[in-house]
Amino acid sequence: MANANIKPLEVVFWLCTLLPFVLTPNYLSLASQIAITALFALSLDLILGYAGIVSLGHAAFFGAGAYTAGLIAKHYWAEPLTGLLLAGISAGILGYALSHIIVRFRHLALIMLTLGLGLLVHEAANSASALTGGADGLQGFRVPAVLGFKFDLYGTTAYAYALLVLFLGFLVSRRIIHSPFGLALRGIRENATRMPAIGAPSRAHLRKVYTIAAVMAGIAGALLTHTTSTVSLETLSFGRSADVLVILILGGAGRLYGGIVGAIIYMVARDQFSGINPQYWYFWIGLLLVAVVMFLPNGILGGLAKFSRPRS
Amino acid sequence: MLASLAGVLFDGFAYGMLLFLLSVGLTVTLGMMNFVNLAHCSFAMVGGYATVTLMNRFGWPFLATLPMAFVAAALLSIFLERTLYRRLYRASDLDQCLLTIGIVFISVAAFAWFYTSEQQSALVPEYLRGSVQILGQGFATYRIFLIAVSLAITAVLVLLLERTRFGARVRAAVDNQRMARGLGIDVERTFMITFALGGGLAGLGGALAVQMVGLDPSFALAYLVYVLIVVAVGGLGSIGGSFVAAVVLGISDMAGKYYFPWLGAFLIYLVMVALLMWRPLGLFGKR
Amino acid sequence: MVAQDVELELPHGVRHALIGPNGAGKTTLINLMTGMLAPDAGQILLGGEDITGLKPEARVRRGLARTFQINTLFPQLTALESVALAVLERDGHAHNWWRGLTRFGAEVDEAASILQSLNLQKGLHRLTRELAYGEQRLLEIALALATRPRVLLLDEPAAGVPRDESAELFSAIAGLSSSLTVLFIEHDMDVVFRFASRIHVMVGGRILVQGTPDDIARDPRVREVYLGRAHRVPA
Repeated sequence: MANANIKPLEVVFWLCTLLPFVLTPNYLSLASQIAITALFALSLDLILGYAGIVSLGHAAFFGAGAYTAGLIAKHYWAEPLTGLLLAGISAGILGYALSHIIVRFRHLALIMLTLGLGLLVHEAANSASALTGGADGLQGFRVPAVLGFKFDLYGTTAYAYALLVLFLGFLVSRRIIHSPFGLALRGIRENATRMPAIGAPSRAHLRKVYTIAAVMAGIAGALLTHTTSTVSLETLSFGRSADVLVILILGGAGRLYGGIVGAIIYMVARDQFSGINPQYWYFWIGLLLVAVVMFLPNGILGGLAKFSRPRS
Repeated sequence: MLASLAGVLFDGFAYGMLLFLLSVGLTVTLGMMNFVNLAHCSFAMVGGYATVTLMNRFGWPFLATLPMAFVAAALLSIFLERTLYRRLYRASDLDQCLLTIGIVFISVAAFAWFYTSEQQSALVPEYLRGSVQILGQGFATYRIFLIAVSLAITAVLVLLLERTRFGARVRAAVDNQRMARGLGIDVERTFMITFALGGGLAGLGGALAVQMVGLDPSFALAYLVYVLIVVAVGGLGSIGGSFVAAVVLGISDMAGKYYFPWLGAFLIYLVMVALLMWRPLGLFGKR
Repeated sequence: MVAQDVELELPHGVRHALIGPNGAGKTTLINLMTGMLAPDAGQILLGGEDITGLKPEARVRRGLARTFQINTLFPQLTALESVALAVLERDGHAHNWWRGLTRFGAEVDEAASILQSLNLQKGLHRLTRELAYGEQRLLEIALALATRPRVLLLDEPAAGVPRDESAELFSAIAGLSSSLTVLFIEHDMDVVFRFASRIHVMVGGRILVQGTPDDIARDPRVREVYLGRAHRVPA
């Protein structure tokens, strides 16, 4: 069975996530964005890397969480932790509802459905401008502090907040992966036909993981709202769905750390190249995608694993 | 009211014909090789830019650029198929999606580099501009031209498929690849030619689209969604299905924009989701 | 019409063979019995209970398991993980996402012993896709056994396995519990006559004849069906 023990490299990794506080204090805003994206990518990994559902519309849940948190902060109260919880719940409800549709399909129909549903949610939010602010998004609210720690200009609190939530999300994911449910998900991914033949209720399993992933994505969206005090339609866009897919594939799906690694590399690179015209950024991403598919089909982590594993 | 209905139907049909031209290549290649080529609309873009360049830079007459648009896109299709695509026929849906999305990104950036992100326009000849009056309703001449060309191409395609040996091979390969191979059909070669044909048609569609919907580097992504909807709803491998789906989509889109502008694209996506749920393999799909 | 007017009764604890030419509808029959295909008409009864409307996974829970003619396994799971998954699903633990797999030692041990009973203990921790073909065919059976079936349907269990290696496979099948009802599809007549106590012959979607091996051996219609084939029906 896959070793569930904590490896020393993992401990080192998580300790290193504390380094930005000390080494790069000017980049803590970026670091918190990376942490948020990593959590989002991790949620996609659960359904894509482990259960095998190719989703082109995962941003629907990210945006649902972002808007929920924004609406609560704007109209009700500015306490973020309850906002986080409610965002997760609302995204989870949406995920649960959509999961009934999603799990009945495979291959192209599934891809198209996730795309279509994502676009639908985006359009719906666009149209409901009285609620969501439409193309302008939600503005005019601020989340001043979390648990008494003020959100400062340097992003110290933001990064601590995002990192902590990411870590918790990571622990939950880890638990799932090393559980019987995680094994069942891998079974579905490896051979969906065989699952009913061993008595497995595949659809029930898939609905469950889809809902869990939606909750996690919604929480990531809420984190974005809390740390930037703004919500835009972009959080629901196809662009965001495509970006997180690229990030996960880049890092390596089905490897728990793939989303985190991918997020770090992608967003640091984008930050470094942000001076360049955004179109050219997409040129390099396109080239990278082609290269990854042709030469590194399991992403960076997959490539590293192959490199370090002794030939059997 | 009736007049505007006729106008909406006409415009919708013309738009649907355009979508059909853009989609038909994809549905056949998807049905034949199950290869998810999301870069299909990049071929359309190539055709569009070919026409624009030939007309604006080299002064070619519009009609003469159309075959060149076809050829340019077809050549690019063959190039990509030979170098990259053929290695991924057995790869997962995800890998094919990612590779072809990567190519879309590259193409979008490449065209933005060479042509800037601005809208391109190509002035079509005098006799294709303006409108024709029928029963008191004006119908844009260009759209009549577009419909005529599309229907002619559809007829040629149907003849090609039903009456030629090549067409028989294509139908066999779409229907059951393994058996087709067993019958001695060179599936790879049939596929390459079909792929070129489909890409060329997309290029032609892109060239014709310039006058109707404009052209800029985001074309490859913007119309991808519509093309995918047509293909998924019509059914993989079914030309008739794509035809019907394209017309339905074109008319729905026009009707939506005219009668329910506040809905935006919501209607299209809703129709697609509903249709896919009812018929996951598409209206006429077998796979 | 792929399978028509099929009336098949499988008495308890007996070893049944289902034979017939290719395309006779044998696999289709298994697909119908397990629920992968829905019948246009008719009933399927398991131990007296009507399971015709049940989904495949529900039928498995009631004790009907099958193997596939073409290996339908989990390539990137180890043999142990695959069988353990089947055991966990059977016991209803697969929904548990909070407790680690290490806490389910009993189920994992059971999976290991199933694999051991089929002589697969060497491949326990190897990925399914790295196992030899013959081992994979045995893993097919292990997965079905893990569901603790009452009725086991084996679709050409030795398909693709060379003659000299299939002996081990069939001795494993022979060693299965005698309270288990087994139906296996097979083309090798020697195997059929050695292991089956009842034989059902299917041709063109219909049951041609069914009976004891002696009945089948003497039936002129069966000889006719198999005339010209490589296998001779033993006299």
